[in-house]
Amino acid sequence: MLKIGIPIFPGSNCDRDIYHVLTNLYNIKTDLIWHKKDKIKNYNAILIPGGFSFGDRLRAGIIAAHSPIIKEVKRLGNDGIPVLGICNGFQILVECELLPGSLIKNDHLLFSCKWIDLEVKNIDTPFTSAFKKNEIFKIPIANGEGRFILDEDQLKEVKKKNQIIFSYHNEDPNGSLDSIAGVSNDSGNIVGMMPHPERTCQSELKSFGLTNTAMKIFDSLIEYIKK
Amino acid sequence: METLTKPELNHLKNVLQREPNSLEKEIVGAQWSEHCSYKSSKKYIKLLPKKGERIIQGAGYDAGVIDVGNGYVITIHIESHNHPSAVEPYGGAATGVGGIIRDIISMGTIPIVLLNALRFGHIYPPLPSNIKVSSRKHNELYSHSKWLLKNVVRGISDYGNCIGIPTVGGEIEFDESFANYCLVDVAAIGFGKKKNLIKNIIQEGDILILAGSLTGRDGIHGASFASKKLAEENRSAVQIPDPFMEKLLIEVTREAIQKDILKAVKDLGGGGLSCCLSETSANLNKGFDIDLDKVPVKYNEMEPPEIMISESQERMLYIISKNKFSSFAKILKKYEVPFSQIGTVKNHNNLVIHKNGKTIAKMPSHLIAFAPLLNRRSKKPKHIHDLRIKKISVGIPKNYNETILNMLANPTIAFKNWIFEQFDHEIGLRTIVKPGISDSAIIKLYDDKFLAAKLDGNSKLCYLDPYQGTLSCLSEARANIISSGGKPIGIIDHLQFGNPENPEIFWTFKQSIKAIIDFSHFNKIPIVGGKVSFYNETKIGPIKPSPVIGMVGLLESMTSITKTNPSPGDTLYILGTTLDNMGGSEYYQFLNGLTGGSVPKVDLGIDLNNSNVILKIKKENLISCSHDCSKGGLSIALAEMAIGSNCGISIELDKVPNNCKRLDYLLFSETPSRFIIGTENEEKLEKQLSNFKNLKYSRIGKVTNLMDDIMFVSNGKKIINIKMEIAKKYFDKISLVMENY
Repeated sequence: MLKIGIPIFPGSNCDRDIYHVLTNLYNIKTDLIWHKKDKIKNYNAILIPGGFSFGDRLRAGIIAAHSPIIKEVKRLGNDGIPVLGICNGFQILVECELLPGSLIKNDHLLFSCKWIDLEVKNIDTPFTSAFKKNEIFKIPIANGEGRFILDEDQLKEVKKKNQIIFSYHNEDPNGSLDSIAGVSNDSGNIVGMMPHPERTCQSELKSFGLTNTAMKIFDSLIEYIKK
Repeated sequence: METLTKPELNHLKNVLQREPNSLEKEIVGAQWSEHCSYKSSKKYIKLLPKKGERIIQGAGYDAGVIDVGNGYVITIHIESHNHPSAVEPYGGAATGVGGIIRDIISMGTIPIVLLNALRFGHIYPPLPSNIKVSSRKHNELYSHSKWLLKNVVRGISDYGNCIGIPTVGGEIEFDESFANYCLVDVAAIGFGKKKNLIKNIIQEGDILILAGSLTGRDGIHGASFASKKLAEENRSAVQIPDPFMEKLLIEVTREAIQKDILKAVKDLGGGGLSCCLSETSANLNKGFDIDLDKVPVKYNEMEPPEIMISESQERMLYIISKNKFSSFAKILKKYEVPFSQIGTVKNHNNLVIHKNGKTIAKMPSHLIAFAPLLNRRSKKPKHIHDLRIKKISVGIPKNYNETILNMLANPTIAFKNWIFEQFDHEIGLRTIVKPGISDSAIIKLYDDKFLAAKLDGNSKLCYLDPYQGTLSCLSEARANIISSGGKPIGIIDHLQFGNPENPEIFWTFKQSIKAIIDFSHFNKIPIVGGKVSFYNETKIGPIKPSPVIGMVGLLESMTSITKTNPSPGDTLYILGTTLDNMGGSEYYQFLNGLTGGSVPKVDLGIDLNNSNVILKIKKENLISCSHDCSKGGLSIALAEMAIGSNCGISIELDKVPNNCKRLDYLLFSETPSRFIIGTENEEKLEKQLSNFKNLKYSRIGKVTNLMDDIMFVSNGKKIINIKMEIAKKYFDKISLVMENY
């Protein structure tokens, strides 16, 4: 049976939202895994939720990056299991060096919660196969430290290896380098993104001028793990 | 610090039949502060109608409880953190959010949304060209207000976002009476199963667990600080926020409710342990034996009075039966939350404090929890009559385009996205309708059931006439709920005034209460929660009376939701007559700097009638949008609809039912009980509207195309013609000013 794991830390707060999407909308068995667990098995994918793990103390994601569960996430990720980090999950994946780059304070220094336009740059990942290349869709962001940066050599490297998965279209809400909103590791199975796809799950949104297109991220994943 | 008055001290001595020791005096002093005891207001609060078919718990406990069907309840409460926010806006506002959230979890429900009502002095002058108000002194005031606004918003944002509760709505008013001060009101709504509500029944032998942050020296005398006018910056009375600990406490409480561990829960807020223990003990009719050595403290040398009145944040008191201790301890240890068993429940009805094996305080809990109530004198302030009859002369605007644009740039009216985008309003997946789409915040409760929630206040009207002003706030809040498609089920109120020892201020408080009682009775909407905050004064004087009204309404399905903004081609109608009572209007006050005139009167019959019409025609699917007509009046309401939908409008002012002597009054009058509605189906709507008795309505214009102009015509002459881009630029003034601050 397919099973997805959601690691949770003290201060995670989007865990229940993702759990709702996976269990109620996709009917996938999902476990919430406490951060102290140091041995996990039989997961087809790992989703690290948003929030303020350990209250963002020291730096967003840094303490969680050193927790026992992340050692396991590293092991599974290196074995090719799909791993997605959303918002604080992205910050954790960057801090534990599964993903390149850093996420720093937004250029305008404020927390920012709004819907923005996102473009899919690479559809060869377990999370983007249901999109068309360069498809543009609406999705909400909610972060204070979402500005993605890299040094010049790293930027050349991630471009060469096609690791830029999502970028902001038209307006860059936080001053990210090259408007990067999501990146992957070099084999493409580990992806981090600042926007929140789980917040686009309600069918009712269509009545208020919004769309559910970002749910293709979960569609892609479920399709991938079912194969 | 002496916190008890002489008569209070005498009362204490008489009941105890002895001299209270210094610790006892501190405990009682904290609890008998105005902030905790409501000694001035309680007699009047008791008169509020609290009963209704859905009401499980009316105003008076930590939070009101309303039955929303299918075994579910919502809990709702409102609080302010004015003094602390005026001194230290970031920490003051943040800890205000923390306090209200703990009230909601104390009931056994999970907080699902936050709202806030904020009041500041002006952040920029009304007219950019007006040199008189750009003096150095004024610039300093603007700068200070901007500093307060920026940090209050950041405090709420950092706290609410971190604990993962969406901040979905509220309101903001700017007025010169809040210069160098600010009002920060936060409301929270919880949701849960009726069967999971905390029962609050305890018995001898049960144990008291204090969990959360360590008790420190922050917030010492906080309740007493809030019970005096703000004379000096008492920073030690301001508490320090720790949203991370709050989040852990929410999770601990959630797990403990699921495992049915908790018998009683109470948060620690104003007055610290003193208030928490005495109120819980008195309300549950049991005594407590407390061992002060067991309270986890930040500093070992802390004195007993400091421990008892510290207002360190993020602390909760849980009462559980002894045999649940190990399962509760397991949860607390999982989240690494500090906790300690600080005492036991007794049958003696006293609050007994021990330290080093000695009894250091012993008093009946009822004595501490219920302060002797005061009979405050009240007297109608002279200014009320004087200002009503004051001759006010306002020149007729030469250029109405400019006047409308300046009104749109008024921060009380202008677009608030700079503020609400700093709040995570999406988390929890309940915010299906985003801020700005409908007149009130709408959140999903369960299945196809939605809740509409709104806060409203208007200090300018309440200053000139606290009775009519408060009615206007109530009418506006209801209009917002109705306009969104909700059926009102409960009211919360937060009554904020200056020093109650001043009879003139106390009179305004009594008028405000009277208005709430009258509205609640007439409309059969019960009061489910509230709070009183006095002593809102600075060196420059008291604030204007600022009751803030919150209302919640139920929507039976998604199809009930009504948007504010029309679509191209819609025909626009107005319900209600526009009268020319201009006192307290934004037009007089913000644009012309004039205080005075007679305020708009709320006709309760018309108010209810028009509200019912809106609900009925929405149910019959005859309208595509609805917007209440309040601050700024008719022209601003229409301009907001145009800007919100990006569509032009063309309005014939001569069609508007009115008795206004002047065109500017017609445009900017704030007569309550008016709605603007749009429809695609004129014929059916008009047929239906003509069936209602005593309804004033009229077709007033059309929605034109995307990016068309905002146009108003009177006597065949185009008196207003504004380009959409220009209107948007003025409407966006808050962002422009704050981004450059």
